Amino acid sequence: MLLNQFLVLAAILFSIGVYGVLARRNAVLVLMSIELILNAVNINLVAFSAMTGNIAGEVFALFVIAVAAAEVGIGLAIVLLMYRNRHNIDLNEADLMRG
Amino acid sequence: MPAVSTPVLAAQAAEEIFRPDGWFLDNVWLIAAIPAASFVIILFFGKRFPKQGSEVGIAALGISWVLSVLTAIQWIGERDSVPSGGEAEHAAGTALAVAQEAEHEAEVGFAAVVNSITWWSNGGVDFPIGTLVDGLTVMMLLVVTSISLLVHVYSTDYVGGDRRYTHFFAFLSLFSAAMLFFVMSENIIQMIVGWELVGVCSFVLIGHWWEDQANSDAALKAFLTNRIGDVGLLIGMIILFWTAGSFSTLTINERVVAGELSHNTLLIASLCLLAAVMSKSGQFVLHTWLPDAMAGPTPVSALIHAATMVVAGIYMVARLYPVFFEGMSISGSSINALALVGAITLVGGGLLAFVQDDIKKVLAYSTISQLGYMVMALGVGAWTAALFHLFTHAFFKAGLFLGAGSVSHAVHGFDMKKDMGGMRKFMPTTFWTFLICSAALAGVFPLAGFWSKDEILAGSGGWGLFGGTGGNGAYTSMLVMGILGAALTGAYMTRTIYLTFFGEFRGHGEPHESGKRITIPLIILAAAATFAGLSNLPAGFITGSEDGWQERFLHYVEPVAPYFPAIGHATPSYTLAVVSSIIAFAGIAWAGYYYFVLVAREGATATELADGLTNKSRVARAGYTVLKNKYYFDLLYTDVIVGFVKGPLAKATNWFDRHFIDRTVDEVGRRSVTAGQFVYDKIDQLVVDGAVNAAGTTSQGAGEGLRKMQTGRVQQYAGIMFAVATVLAGIFIVII
Repeated sequence: MLLNQFLVLAAILFSIGVYGVLARRNAVLVLMSIELILNAVNINLVAFSAMTGNIAGEVFALFVIAVAAAEVGIGLAIVLLMYRNRHNIDLNEADLMRG
Repeated sequence: MPAVSTPVLAAQAAEEIFRPDGWFLDNVWLIAAIPAASFVIILFFGKRFPKQGSEVGIAALGISWVLSVLTAIQWIGERDSVPSGGEAEHAAGTALAVAQEAEHEAEVGFAAVVNSITWWSNGGVDFPIGTLVDGLTVMMLLVVTSISLLVHVYSTDYVGGDRRYTHFFAFLSLFSAAMLFFVMSENIIQMIVGWELVGVCSFVLIGHWWEDQANSDAALKAFLTNRIGDVGLLIGMIILFWTAGSFSTLTINERVVAGELSHNTLLIASLCLLAAVMSKSGQFVLHTWLPDAMAGPTPVSALIHAATMVVAGIYMVARLYPVFFEGMSISGSSINALALVGAITLVGGGLLAFVQDDIKKVLAYSTISQLGYMVMALGVGAWTAALFHLFTHAFFKAGLFLGAGSVSHAVHGFDMKKDMGGMRKFMPTTFWTFLICSAALAGVFPLAGFWSKDEILAGSGGWGLFGGTGGNGAYTSMLVMGILGAALTGAYMTRTIYLTFFGEFRGHGEPHESGKRITIPLIILAAAATFAGLSNLPAGFITGSEDGWQERFLHYVEPVAPYFPAIGHATPSYTLAVVSSIIAFAGIAWAGYYYFVLVAREGATATELADGLTNKSRVARAGYTVLKNKYYFDLLYTDVIVGFVKGPLAKATNWFDRHFIDRTVDEVGRRSVTAGQFVYDKIDQLVVDGAVNAAGTTSQGAGEGLRKMQTGRVQQYAGIMFAVATVLAGIFIVII
């Protein structure tokens, strides 16, 4: 069974994604990293689903894809507005919520 | 009359009761609904019509009038279709009243047509709304629609060019609708609603020219005086509802007739309702609003005095007659509150009419006096006579008011002594119609007033003077008052006619006859005043005649049903008719001699004798002063009662207020301040505020600390989140 390989792939993708989210300053790249995290999860869901023969995992993967699409849509819209207002998309600069 | 005891009649009527049926009798609500719709249409769209909305009102009243006539025809048809063994006997035309009475009693019962729906329902009590049609309703519908239609037509000329012409017609329609709604009401709630609607409309119309302070005061006076009576109406109706357990007038009446309600309760209820009659129908001591109501336009006065408003009180008594009949013990007594109020009003109002110079005020006091006749007739048990007088009075009084309006329209004033005189040369049509209506009012044979007035007199003096028999009791004092009233009526109308139409013209300008829209209603009303009396010729008047001519009004209007008490019917007395006519003519002759001979001798423009009785005799002058001041009723109300409330009572109340109530309030206030100060210092400042401040300080400290974590950088937050997740995951793994 190739389950381990899939899990390893998912773990690698997840780690890359976390790195991207925490370290990159470009908002678009952060969004892409979030996609990586979500897809790592998808791989896990599909892998376990195939192993146990339970279709629920694949259904959830489809849900995740749909939600991810919506999230990227909103995220990119925010980034676009941020660019229009500030002429950059550097996340370190966006600290209006500082206490 | 052979005394037929109540239970027998009730039982008999209950056995064979005829239930009339017919489309018009069932749909009588249309008669009130059409003028109501006309009100809304005129109010909102009236000004867009070519004649400013007046044609809408006339059309609506015209349709209502046609419907009323058809209803009346249907009612008469149904009434005549009753199979009755007594009819043949009636046709024989025996003059004997005993036979008449026996025939009347032997008729089968005749139910009223009732249609009602539940208006609303509350706490298990249904509030119905609906129509009740019997002879009384049909007669009232006919009177109200006829007079109102003529007044509408008349008004198109009389108030033509008025700035609130459309508004005037809208409220004329509503006024008629309210009265129609009132007379067809099936239950006492509906009666109260109709009663108040009529009151509001009269307020609006009396104050039609409200720019003048006097007019708006008169409207307020009419409204507020009526409110006093309305309190009595409400209390009386509430008593009736709680004792009879129903709002339906028929149920209340049937239970009273069946003797199921206690006499004392009915006495209290009927006294409360009497207060309502006193205010609405202008009876002493609440009559003062009625002469002031002359401030309204003359067509309104005609409508108020002939068909709507003031006859509402008479109608209410007639509709709830068993309550009064039992409560006041009308049968078999010789005096009661209802008859007494009527008789005092009859004479008192007649006397007041003598000293008025304003032609409309003469007529107003005349109305008060005539309403006194009706109330007195109801008080002595002459139910049909009262309603018959209402019927005839409506025509000749409307004719008189419209005639007075026609004159004042021509001379631009109402004062008989200053603005009028010699008008018969300028306005022949008005003069002749006014004369006929006056003669009818004075009870000149064979005009309408003669028949109805004589019937009242016959009903009152049943066992007393002049050989009358029948009736309900020995109301001899009422008979005397009635005859006295007849003499007064003849005298003051003669005075009015002399001052208005004879002598030389004393006003300004060139008066001329009014237009067709004014004279035609006058002619119609004068004709009605001539012939209306024939609808109730006394039994035995035309011996051997056809059945269809005697006591038709009695036959069609007076109910023979379990909801109507067994009242006794007086026998007409020729002696009485002759005596009352002689006395009425004596009144006319006395006033005629005074004015047409003595005053005319002084000069064509004279209005009183220079050395008249009031100048020669101190007693006469004192009497004149009392009358001129209207028995000081207005003074009593405005100066004594209102003055007492405004002056001494207000001062006493103020003193009491300052020294007792204010002191208590002040003391309580001071104590409260001391207590409050203590609570503030010790409890609020130390305990409560301390706790609140401590909470605040702690929160602030915590906030300051946590604030440093809020960098606003998303990635830092994400880092923390992942770090914590990692730690938690590590713990998870270790534990498992």
